[in-house]
Amino acid sequence: MSATPDELMVAAAAAELAGVRTVFVGIGLPNAAAILARRTVAPDLELIYESGVVGARPSRLPDSIGDPALVSGATATMSMHDLFAYFLQGGRIEVGMLGAAQVDRWGNLNTTVIGPYANPTVRLPGSGGACEIALNAARVIVVMSQSPRSFVERVDFVTSPGHRHPDGRPRPAWAGGGPDTVITQLGVYRFGTDGEMELAALHDGVRDADVDAASGWPILRRQPLETLNAPNPDTLSAIHSLSGAEREAAPS
Amino acid sequence: MAIEGFTHLISFAAGHEIIRQGRHNLTLARLTPDLVYDQMVAAGCARKLIFSWLGNPGVGSLHAVRRAIEGGGLELEEYSHFGMVGRYVAGAAHLPFYPLRSYAGSDLPAANPLIQWVASPYAPGDDVAVVPALNPDVTIIHAQRADAEGNVQVWGLVGVQREAAMAAERVIAVVEELVDTEVIRADPDRTLLPGVVVTAVCIEPYGAHPSFAQGYYDRDNAFYRAWDPISRDPGLLEAWLDEWVRGIRDRAGYVEKLGPETVAALRPKPRPSGSVDYGEYS
Repeated sequence: MSATPDELMVAAAAAELAGVRTVFVGIGLPNAAAILARRTVAPDLELIYESGVVGARPSRLPDSIGDPALVSGATATMSMHDLFAYFLQGGRIEVGMLGAAQVDRWGNLNTTVIGPYANPTVRLPGSGGACEIALNAARVIVVMSQSPRSFVERVDFVTSPGHRHPDGRPRPAWAGGGPDTVITQLGVYRFGTDGEMELAALHDGVRDADVDAASGWPILRRQPLETLNAPNPDTLSAIHSLSGAEREAAPS
Repeated sequence: MAIEGFTHLISFAAGHEIIRQGRHNLTLARLTPDLVYDQMVAAGCARKLIFSWLGNPGVGSLHAVRRAIEGGGLELEEYSHFGMVGRYVAGAAHLPFYPLRSYAGSDLPAANPLIQWVASPYAPGDDVAVVPALNPDVTIIHAQRADAEGNVQVWGLVGVQREAAMAAERVIAVVEELVDTEVIRADPDRTLLPGVVVTAVCIEPYGAHPSFAQGYYDRDNAFYRAWDPISRDPGLLEAWLDEWVRGIRDRAGYVEKLGPETVAALRPKPRPSGSVDYGEYS
């Protein structure tokens, strides 16, 4: 049983959450990773959703970050104001998990437009809570698929700030630690002390040259470069049971 | 105007009635325009969108909104979620703006010049982002229940409904059911809006479908997915609006058309809360 690219990312992202207590979860792969982490490496993990849920125990993998299954059995629901102001801005989120259409070497994330803002080639959803998650979580884990179109020399729009703006502006002093890990189908990236992305580990079977072929800039390498173990059968079957729950929950 | 309800309790009943009445030139505010504004934009109701996340959650794009943007027929004013929340908070509290720790190093302030900065008078050099108050002429929310005096109760996700309502000149609450005032008074903690701030209450069971009402009906995820190909094709979308909005009289007609099987499939099993004792004091 070999893992799909999505499953590789979910397994790697879940492993990053070992020992974490509070995670701000977005929908999609981060959500699957957080649920998997709570069932495996982080039993005390509190899933916190921007819709206003704290301590969710979802009985199914929801389509939306607002879902009745996130509310039933949760420890708390609160207004979005209270969640963003007191939990996120108040410094109570250890890890924020984000996705993006584009990332650059400084971890700036674009989820707004491809092309110019006023006349985009592709209009993406925009920030949602991502801009404030990127600035206020103690650290940020990015989960996204990697290609020369997504790993770019310069993002078309900075929706969620990384370690420095493309124009050189530094990250503000009050902000949280920013992007700390980027997980793709090829490997895991960390950031050096100057805030530049570095390849830290490759998934099992991925070649070093695959990374260059899927990047818009020459990515630094951390030495020694690690190789991640392929997800074990238990992890894979846990991931499958998540997606099975999703299918069951979906009315035909 | 604003139709608020963050994924939960989105008043599609109100959106559809606005389409039926042929309203246009509206400025529509909402954190997540969702399918309700995609439908209203497709029907020509909107001049401008004020928003923070533009998509079909878990599915993809709002294609009618995207076409309107690409055609140049829709003005956009874009924030982040916390920025939109703060706009309603300031509007509700009669303040000119709301300060928040966001936007530093983001391109959003360049895209939207209404996002500004103020220097902290207490800590030199500590600049804080500010967003302007938002005071809708009308805010429409959906809720589980209200009484005849307009006291509105909600449980589950409360999103920004209270702030968006308190910021508005007029407030319309669409509810699943009308209950006796005694039901409200037995549990005052659950009241989202007291009747004194509510202009009108409309009773429309299933008025939030295909979004959900906690404890009443599930989110119709299949509908959200099915919307994607409809919204992609202007011809299909127009036919859908004719069939499901313009071609029926009211929400009761929509629910009848939805059919008892769909309605039954969305009903959750009971999971009642425990009750608390407020005490009787003499």
